[in-house]
Amino acid sequence: MKTGVIDYDAGNLRSVETALRRLGADFIVSSRPEELLATDRLIFPGVGDARAAMEVLARHGLAEAIQTFFTSGRPLLGICLGSQIVLDASEENGARCLGLIPGTAKRFSSDMGMKVPHMGWNQLYHEERHPLLKGIPRGASFYFVHSYYPSPSEREHVYGTTEYGIQFASVIGRENLIAVQFHPEKSGEVGLRMLENFLFGAV
Amino acid sequence: MLEKRVIVCLDVRDGKTTKGIRFQGNVDIGDPVEMARGYYRDGVDELVFYDITASAERRGIMIDVVARVAEQIFIPFSVGGGIGTVSDMRAVLLAGAEKVSVNSQAVRNPAIIEEGAALFGRQCIVLGMDVLSDRKMPSGYRVVIDGGRTPTERDALEWAAEAVRLGAGEIVLNSIDADGTRDGYDSEVTRLISQSVEVPVIASGGAGSPEHLRAVFADGKADAALVASMVHYGDYRVKEIKEYLAAHDVPVRMDCYAFER
Repeated sequence: MKTGVIDYDAGNLRSVETALRRLGADFIVSSRPEELLATDRLIFPGVGDARAAMEVLARHGLAEAIQTFFTSGRPLLGICLGSQIVLDASEENGARCLGLIPGTAKRFSSDMGMKVPHMGWNQLYHEERHPLLKGIPRGASFYFVHSYYPSPSEREHVYGTTEYGIQFASVIGRENLIAVQFHPEKSGEVGLRMLENFLFGAV
Repeated sequence: MLEKRVIVCLDVRDGKTTKGIRFQGNVDIGDPVEMARGYYRDGVDELVFYDITASAERRGIMIDVVARVAEQIFIPFSVGGGIGTVSDMRAVLLAGAEKVSVNSQAVRNPAIIEEGAALFGRQCIVLGMDVLSDRKMPSGYRVVIDGGRTPTERDALEWAAEAVRLGAGEIVLNSIDADGTRDGYDSEVTRLISQSVEVPVIASGGAGSPEHLRAVFADGKADAALVASMVHYGDYRVKEIKEYLAAHDVPVRMDCYAFER
């Protein structure tokens, strides 16, 4: 079983790589659609600007590759920015996104006295409705760094929530796609467990 | 609810963790990679490494430390000390650090913050600032650089605001008055800065007991607190500090102690 990690110049790849290596995953890191499409599972990590990321994905034929991979029914995991660009659009610079899950990425409002970005450890609440969440205690803390959050339009696409001024969807999914707003690769042992679930579990 | 972070700071000189009061009388206290692993197992939320290596030619040692830490600990960590260019930043980030911190170099050349934020994202760029109380300054605090040795004409509050405007995603605020005293953080300056900027503020300097952390979270409105000697010398374990905070209604990450993969 081979996992592909999309390399599209969007930072923090190194920490995903080291986590996968620690977990003994058979994986490749690539920016070439044909290589990525030959894998069994696909991870698209990312930090940074949604619009810039979409432009890079489009330029390298990677937006299309993600679509194709999704349609093929193989498991896909989005991390951080990867949980925003699967939506229709983002408020960040008016980015048009992949449209795999209906909804938009919205910006946290700093009016409520909350600091933006939302940075640090916060709890994930979930009902273990997805294999990715198997064995993850409810309320376990994960590491977040983001100013925008996923806001899917259908409730059924929300698999986990987190509270920061508002309750937002921190795990979203549809069919074979699952995406997390936090960084499992930087969330200690519980984060490694989640990655293990994706790499080796029945997702 | 967002939790308050307990961050352990390791000063690294020539590949060894060292500790002294403000760069004077430093003694080596261990291998930074081993220490990082120990703190990770003990539930620390984040780590900060400061490279105080004297010579530029030995900088490669730090990159090697960063790479080895990245392979073994799966929580965020930042690296600071001697970072003055975007290529210094890139080297540290590529080695596996989450964030880089700039201090004296940013005062001398504020554009480094802007360049770093544009290239790597503002969440990567931490402003380290050392401040000294000074009634002559508008906010009552003066920015000092070079590890506290060189006073500047910058006011602490103004500099914090400017750095955030330029792209700093987080501030480590070190009080020179409190540093090394183990009498507690300077909650006053921490609150002043924390309430005026929209990015997280990490209190630094003066920690000697878990109560000091509770106080700087409650009174100083800090988002995170840095500790060094109180854990390096074995006076407290990270777990004990967090248990104390949790018992005093400070939201901290405790589930890591119950979870086994």
